[in-house]
Amino acid sequence: MSAGLNIAEPGAVVFDIAEANIRQLNATLQALTPTTNQTAWTVLNPAGEHAVAVGITAPVIVTIDGHVGYYCAGMNDGANITVTGNAGTGVAENMMSGSVHVLGDASQAAGATAHGGLLIIEGNASARCGISMKGIDIVVKGSVGHMSAFMAQSGNLVVLGDAGDALGDSLYEARLFVRGKVASLGADCEEKPMDAEDRAILANLLKRAGTDANVDSFKRYGSARTLYHFHVDNAGAY
Amino acid sequence: MNETAGPKIPQTLPRFSATFDPATVAEINRAAATGIYDIRGGGSKRKLPHFDDLLFLGASMSRYPLEGYRERCDTDVTLGTRFAKKPIHLKIPVTIAGMSFGSLSANAKEALGRGATAAGTSTTTGDGGMTPEERGHSQTLIYQYLPSRYGMNLTDLRKADAIEVVIGQGAKPGGGGMLLGQKISPRVAQMRNLPEGIDQRSACRHPDWTGPDDLEIKILELRELTNWEKPIYIKIGASRPYYDTALAIKAGADVVVLDGMQGGTAATQEVFIEHVGIPILSAIRPAVQALQDLGLHRKVQLIVSGGIRSGADVAKALALGADAVAIGTAALIALGDNSPDLEAEYQKLGTTAGAYDDWHEGRDPAGITTQDEKLAARLDPIKAGRRLANYLSVLTLEAQAIARACGKSHLHNLEPEDLVALTLEAAAMAQIPLAGTNWFPGKTTGF
Amino acid sequence: MCGIAGLFLKNRALEPELGALTATMLTVLTDRGPDSAGFAIYGHGMPDHRKFTLRAPANFDFGALAAKVDAVYRVHDDHAVFTFPAAREAQVRAVLATFPEIAIVAFGERMELYKGVGLPQDVANRFGLAKMSGSHAIGHTRMATESAVTTQGAHPFSTGPDQCLVHNGSLSNHNDVRRKLIRENISFETQNDTEVAAGYLSWKLRNGAKLNEALTSALDDLDGFYTFVVGTESGFGVLRDRVACKPAVMAETDDYVAFGSEYRALVNLPGISKARLFEPEPAKVYFWEHAA
Repeated sequence: MSAGLNIAEPGAVVFDIAEANIRQLNATLQALTPTTNQTAWTVLNPAGEHAVAVGITAPVIVTIDGHVGYYCAGMNDGANITVTGNAGTGVAENMMSGSVHVLGDASQAAGATAHGGLLIIEGNASARCGISMKGIDIVVKGSVGHMSAFMAQSGNLVVLGDAGDALGDSLYEARLFVRGKVASLGADCEEKPMDAEDRAILANLLKRAGTDANVDSFKRYGSARTLYHFHVDNAGAY
Repeated sequence: MNETAGPKIPQTLPRFSATFDPATVAEINRAAATGIYDIRGGGSKRKLPHFDDLLFLGASMSRYPLEGYRERCDTDVTLGTRFAKKPIHLKIPVTIAGMSFGSLSANAKEALGRGATAAGTSTTTGDGGMTPEERGHSQTLIYQYLPSRYGMNLTDLRKADAIEVVIGQGAKPGGGGMLLGQKISPRVAQMRNLPEGIDQRSACRHPDWTGPDDLEIKILELRELTNWEKPIYIKIGASRPYYDTALAIKAGADVVVLDGMQGGTAATQEVFIEHVGIPILSAIRPAVQALQDLGLHRKVQLIVSGGIRSGADVAKALALGADAVAIGTAALIALGDNSPDLEAEYQKLGTTAGAYDDWHEGRDPAGITTQDEKLAARLDPIKAGRRLANYLSVLTLEAQAIARACGKSHLHNLEPEDLVALTLEAAAMAQIPLAGTNWFPGKTTGF
Repeated sequence: MCGIAGLFLKNRALEPELGALTATMLTVLTDRGPDSAGFAIYGHGMPDHRKFTLRAPANFDFGALAAKVDAVYRVHDDHAVFTFPAAREAQVRAVLATFPEIAIVAFGERMELYKGVGLPQDVANRFGLAKMSGSHAIGHTRMATESAVTTQGAHPFSTGPDQCLVHNGSLSNHNDVRRKLIRENISFETQNDTEVAAGYLSWKLRNGAKLNEALTSALDDLDGFYTFVVGTESGFGVLRDRVACKPAVMAETDDYVAFGSEYRALVNLPGISKARLFEPEPAKVYFWEHAA
């Protein structure tokens, strides 16, 4: 589903962290079942707190109005979460399914080790975006920092801006699409020609992220697969 | 030399170099031929200062032993009392250390679960995630949270009884996991999200935090994910045990796990195993000192591992201040690893029973450190589970016998003053006086 | 491991609030630094005068000492700020040298530096940070890694006149660097890695490098993970190592530039909701300063 802008949806349950605390917020959201009728939530005054809206398993809509600290939406499994401000380290880390939409910037390790779902970052993500990703789709409309997609195993990373040094270092089977400049490629990461499947995947992700960027303006990067078996000739890469 | 008749001239005897001994010569040969380092499983094999260098002072004129039977010596331990809503209660202070499905066969993981449950203790997942077999057969299951995050998912996290954040392990402090292509079977590949048959490369640092200040925030997240119910363990390869323990505590650990260099691994570089990390004997007292300095000894529990083999080792670790121990290599041997019954097959592999350590090759005749279906089928999880339960029972009975002889009604009442040392190294490392004296290196004044 | 806070005021009207704002930031950073805390604050100096911050054992008679060196003085718990004409610096140092129990924690024209063991809020209260004013301040909350929790081990460390350093991270070659610096006549009080980084910067500056040059060469000479924040007479600087694992968040408005290890530390700053938020890039020296 495309993640739109859902600020204070009418009928949303409002939760003010200034009045309560993170423990109560998470306990409440984690207790929601898939059949809940409290499907929309607005969280006020996150004030840079950590672990906001983690581990939700119900397909509810959560809008967090402000900036969050580390691990916002960590291990999300089905919710659709929007952060109107910036996110700290590890936003949507280990997400299993669902979506996370950051309207500002994200700090390092955005989408780290995540298995599924869609992470959209309207601004920039810093270092190690998509590190160790295991199936998540990430779309960054700004730029990503160094060591992004480090050891990325599967999933797709789409960057409309630039990528920092060592993109896709020690890459496995994740697909990387970058429209802007890549400062340098990591070990075993190479540019590949975009095939029909790549184009379809990229087009779909761009659409879901709500951008009309042109598929042809991207370059596709992937694993050269020369590090898949230990070999003496590759000793320099390790 | 002239071949004339006469008495034979004496020769010097062939002499091996202690530095370039046969094993070293063979290794240099192998390195020159292949251009790649030697990889093996297991822990440090060389002789190190260890529990054998400590002895207990049994009852005598001033101390009185307990009889067996109704003069009880209890063995239970509770782990995770600091912050968790649901601490873990174990019947014995011996747990099964983290070993992955992937490095071990599914049958082996099931056997470990069966044996541990029968003995009233816990098992631990490894660098690959939680299997249904292990969760099904382990009454108490600790779920490892490693740098690779292979198989990490929310559902299994919530099914665990405790979470063990792994900083490192004794065989390779600072190193990541290693699993070679021959063991990346379809099932392992699927669990770890890797292509089948490739050599797994592993991260050595966590992807989304570095340092105890940021670990503190990660632990907060793990607690929020699991409703603050589960104890959080932090596992460290023994290196700087005083600081490591203090920082683990400051980061929010409920339990600290220290693994010495004798601790085994599924596979890593031989040089890593033998030359990085310290013996467990040298790690326990500094760790206990850190706990005591922070006023948290017995409130944050300490589990130690690396070369635990007998009830004497268990008792000594507890006497030095640990709350429990973990076994890995010993548990595998109990299941049947390196059994003399398989000698012919070990010979075919170029080794012999008791020395086999090429576990990364996945050709284990015992069916334990392999993913090959035919080999793995040789291990009957029920029989092997019973063997493990037997072994755990012996460890417990031995520790109790020693503790009773020292007048203790609970294993936890063992203390450092029950011990003496045989060597200077052990005395210095454990801060235990040499037998017959009241002195150890570093101790300057009287009693 | 630790927390860092920094605040550089562009708008002079905020100067009376500098101490209170800094104190709040330090309190929020307690979780990542519960052992000890410290801060350097840059208030007014007097032309041609020197300001020394001294630390002494409890109940030390600062008044008598001040009379001895003819300095104006102000006491804050176990620290005191002495102000005296610059021409007399050598004599003052000579007298202080006869008091081995006195530590000169900081020197210069404007900088005052305070640090102590305990929770950050308690440390701030002991020294009256909330009432202090100035144009810029940097502060630090400490979680000791490989050295003891002591006052001397707390940050900031003074690196030169009106200069100091705070650090979040862990150096990995500091013992060798310390040995080299000792041979260059830099002295050390602790086993702390940050003290080595401060000594390194002092040494570079003493040899004629400008601060940004010294920080740039630190990237090659100091190994490990670090976020450094350096306070100077005119402002503050930031440097992250190339790998940049330790956090750093910055906020800029028309009124100030702020630094925090976590965004959480910045939430109480005025106008934060409209601030430009950004993270310093790795291996790049940043500087904010007032024109001379």
